[in-house]
Amino acid sequence: MSRLVSDTMVVAERNLVRLTRAPDLLLAFTVQPVMFVLLFVYVFGGAIIIPQTYDGYAEFLLPGILVQNIAFGGFVTALGLNEDLQKGLIDRFRSLPMARAAVLAGRTLADVVTNTLSVVILTLTGLIIGFSFDASIIEIAGGLGLLLLFGYAFSWVFALLGLLVSSPEAANSLGFIAVFPLTFISSAFVPVESMPSALRWFAEINPFTILVDAMRALWVDQPAGNSVWGAVAWSLAIIVIFAPLAVARYRRAAGR
Amino acid sequence: MPTRLEDPMTDVRPQGSADPELAIKVRGLRKSFGDVHALDGVDLEATPGTVLGLLGPNGAGKTTAVRVMATLLKPDAGEVCVAGLDAVREATALRERIGLAGQYAAIDENLTGLENLVMVGRLYGMKRAQATARGRELLERFELTNAADRPAKTYSGGMRRRLDLGAALVAKPPILFLDEPTTGLDPRSRLELWTTIEELVAEGTTVLLTTQYLDEADRLADTIAVIDQGRVIATGTPDELKDRVGGQRLEVRLSTKEEAPIAARALAPMGDEPPRTVGDTVRVSVARRDGLIVDAVRRLDEAGVEVDDITLRRPTLDDVFLALTGHVAEIADDEEEEAA
Repeated sequence: MSRLVSDTMVVAERNLVRLTRAPDLLLAFTVQPVMFVLLFVYVFGGAIIIPQTYDGYAEFLLPGILVQNIAFGGFVTALGLNEDLQKGLIDRFRSLPMARAAVLAGRTLADVVTNTLSVVILTLTGLIIGFSFDASIIEIAGGLGLLLLFGYAFSWVFALLGLLVSSPEAANSLGFIAVFPLTFISSAFVPVESMPSALRWFAEINPFTILVDAMRALWVDQPAGNSVWGAVAWSLAIIVIFAPLAVARYRRAAGR
Repeated sequence: MPTRLEDPMTDVRPQGSADPELAIKVRGLRKSFGDVHALDGVDLEATPGTVLGLLGPNGAGKTTAVRVMATLLKPDAGEVCVAGLDAVREATALRERIGLAGQYAAIDENLTGLENLVMVGRLYGMKRAQATARGRELLERFELTNAADRPAKTYSGGMRRRLDLGAALVAKPPILFLDEPTTGLDPRSRLELWTTIEELVAEGTTVLLTTQYLDEADRLADTIAVIDQGRVIATGTPDELKDRVGGQRLEVRLSTKEEAPIAARALAPMGDEPPRTVGDTVRVSVARRDGLIVDAVRRLDEAGVEVDDITLRRPTLDDVFLALTGHVAEIADDEEEEAA
């Protein structure tokens, strides 16, 4: 067990160090979400009718866009693992006497760090353009923790994706195809009440809606229902299902 | 009536029939991917401190064999024993004792040379300081000290392979697997790598090397196993294999094919066997010696034959390979005839 922890830390460190050597990737991480916030608030914001309980679209949008952004955070894991696979690094790791799960655990742990960074940048952007907290420190911290937990869960989904597909480009396309509809057919950008009934049905059971509602409950004091516990349950369920699948795939992964 | 004679407490032998005399022992190894029989009953042996070369064309099964021995793939059948450890049942212990360098330099291009080696060292369980010291030692050995703190993406192809080999050597493994270590390298880098491998063997490392190049196997390997379509079709020292292929081949292309019989008669005394003529070209197998071409030109000139082109070919992998597969096929045919 201690071997798993120390090997995981070595791999996480590697992934964070290499990120600093690829500043373009880091830029994409930070600039893209900011761009999305600005586009949504200023292009769509005026046209979207939001419930009276919100003080402007920025307040409605920010929890939603944070959730979308955190789901995409795991992309680096999919791309990175696939690149490692193609370049033979996974073969090297598998020939070493290291803990079997450490390559993936280290990779997903590194995502938590980069996700934290992008949440902070996005939240600061939101505060500048009109978002304000209606929450205690504990609720703010709880929301941050929930976001990071959900992002961590999604990193395991992306880890499996990265090990299954034949190229980083394929990981990129498939990831977009999977995540985009999930985030858009949710309460992230528009109230689900405005959707046609079929979409609305899907949006209401969509874990993204549950997480977005939980974030709104914690950060801007909206009615929570069971969404906070629902979001925690969804995150844990995703980890419990996808982490073993990804590790099993890793153990049989063949380079090239 | 089943009887149980062994006492499980006293039987402490490893389950695989480990042979302390052999660094690598493979018996009846099979591995299929769907309908493709990548390995179809492979036997291999290497004594400690020697180089075993796996020679064969692309797709022969060389890489699959290495991946099984390096614990990356589970065999379908057969016994695979490396450093006295079973590659399936004792895979974890075996990973402490092997180093693997593949066809592609398996390094992180965004890390520096030193960072790459330190990472691998720590994943072998070393402390950071110990891994750093070992990393610097290896960079020194592979003449990468000046590039130690540069990201590996700035390295040349030869430097990357050296760093990759360094990573395989971090834990000083007694067994080293090198899967086509010089494919794609320029001639100078190739020679440097050969020298390094020879040094490692001199220090007692057992090396299993796969290659498509006869000259590489010739220079490095103590024993060569020729692999084709998942089977070992010949095993022997480089000299033994070359003897089976024959010596060099003299090829003479004539201006007119009418003169071919005259040329064949003129060249016949030089050859081990009668010359063969195809169109305007006369081929003759010759034993290797100095002055062959001069001798051939003189004989042809004396016979009054006009020559367009004359070449002397050494045996290539193609020749070895064609000769060996041809030979195996003949034996199989003979046996069938005898059986009939």
